[in-house]
Amino acid sequence: MPRLKVPRKSTSVDMTAMCDVAFLLLSFFILTTKFKPAEALAVTTPKSVSTNPAEQKKVVMVTMDRKGSIYLSLSDDAEEQKQSVIDQIDKQKGLGLSAAEKKSFMRSGFYVGVPFNQLKSYLGKTPDETAKLQLAGIPVTDTLNNELQTWMAAANIAFQGSKMNLLVKGDNEAKYPSFKGVMDAFKKNEIFKFQMITDPEGVPAGTDLYKKTEGTK
Amino acid sequence: MAEVNTGGGGGHKQGPGVKKAKKLSTRVDLTPMVDLGFLLITFFIFTTTMSQPTAMKLFMPKDTDKPEEQNKVKASGALSIMLGKNDHVYYYEGELAPDGSNFKSTNFKAIRDIIINKKKSTNPDDFVVVIKPGVESTYKNTVDMLDEMFINQVKRYAMVDQFSIEQQLMNASEGGAPMPAAGAAAPAPAVK
Repeated sequence: MPRLKVPRKSTSVDMTAMCDVAFLLLSFFILTTKFKPAEALAVTTPKSVSTNPAEQKKVVMVTMDRKGSIYLSLSDDAEEQKQSVIDQIDKQKGLGLSAAEKKSFMRSGFYVGVPFNQLKSYLGKTPDETAKLQLAGIPVTDTLNNELQTWMAAANIAFQGSKMNLLVKGDNEAKYPSFKGVMDAFKKNEIFKFQMITDPEGVPAGTDLYKKTEGTK
Repeated sequence: MAEVNTGGGGGHKQGPGVKKAKKLSTRVDLTPMVDLGFLLITFFIFTTTMSQPTAMKLFMPKDTDKPEEQNKVKASGALSIMLGKNDHVYYYEGELAPDGSNFKSTNFKAIRDIIINKKKSTNPDDFVVVIKPGVESTYKNTVDMLDEMFINQVKRYAMVDQFSIEQQLMNASEGGAPMPAAGAAAPAPAVK
């Protein structure tokens, strides 16, 4: 009997639907990506093998740039605490800050980089003007006049009852005296736990830590 | 695959001598577009989760002047590491000898072996590393040294200021003032 020829059917698949789904997913992920706010202070942090993620909420961040200048900033979700800090500093140092200047302190991404005697004029400037300034930073190296100590005391009182996440972000090239000043400011305020922001690095093979992590895997 | 209708299949007026053009397919294959789409998706999936910076925890001891609260460090089990400028590292084991003979110099790569050897040869209860950063050392040096503590699983370490004798020894090694007489090491508060 002659073999029946099987009618050949088309094997090409219509990709239109797949394409639609792919672009829908893509749009979803593009819209939900949270971009980090542009950093006003360029800091290259050192590498470490630590794998703890840095805290993101209720953060008090002390930044140390490569010249060793110290800047202080608080995260946006700690509004009450921010308000309390500026009120206390105002009262303690008798700066006479106006409501507009206090509002300038409260804005997102604000950081303090000047000694107390320049604070009032610093708060009076707009964000564009402050971005162009060469800031001296908060003085910490003089043990008799460690201004960061005053700021941390105010922060301690502001964060009473809730957890304050203290982060130190230092540049590789910052010299030890600045870091020592920062640690002294913490010690004098009885703050003993803080985190230092670092870039991730792989654990070197053959070391004790490597064996420990391999053992738990 | 998307299909584009060319339309007007009929109704061509064939002029004299014009050869009938071969009808080319206008169907576009969308497979590569889908591949690109998925590549971009995976890119965005990974970048949204990977933007968290990591942090290193540091616990400092209380600064007390009361001698009974300071943990006594057995001098023989202590390894003192000094951080100098330009990424120089100096160390000595136990107490500093009067003529500075056990003051040695090294770099960051070799220090790990030194720590490992000292750790192996000492009783775990007595083993302490004392880190003394100098004024010319950078933040990176300090963080790298603290990282070494974590990598080598050193349970007790302390960060203190340098003695003037140590500063002088360091300056001498880097080419400076002559070495004077030595003093004894004081008990340091232990961390962790």
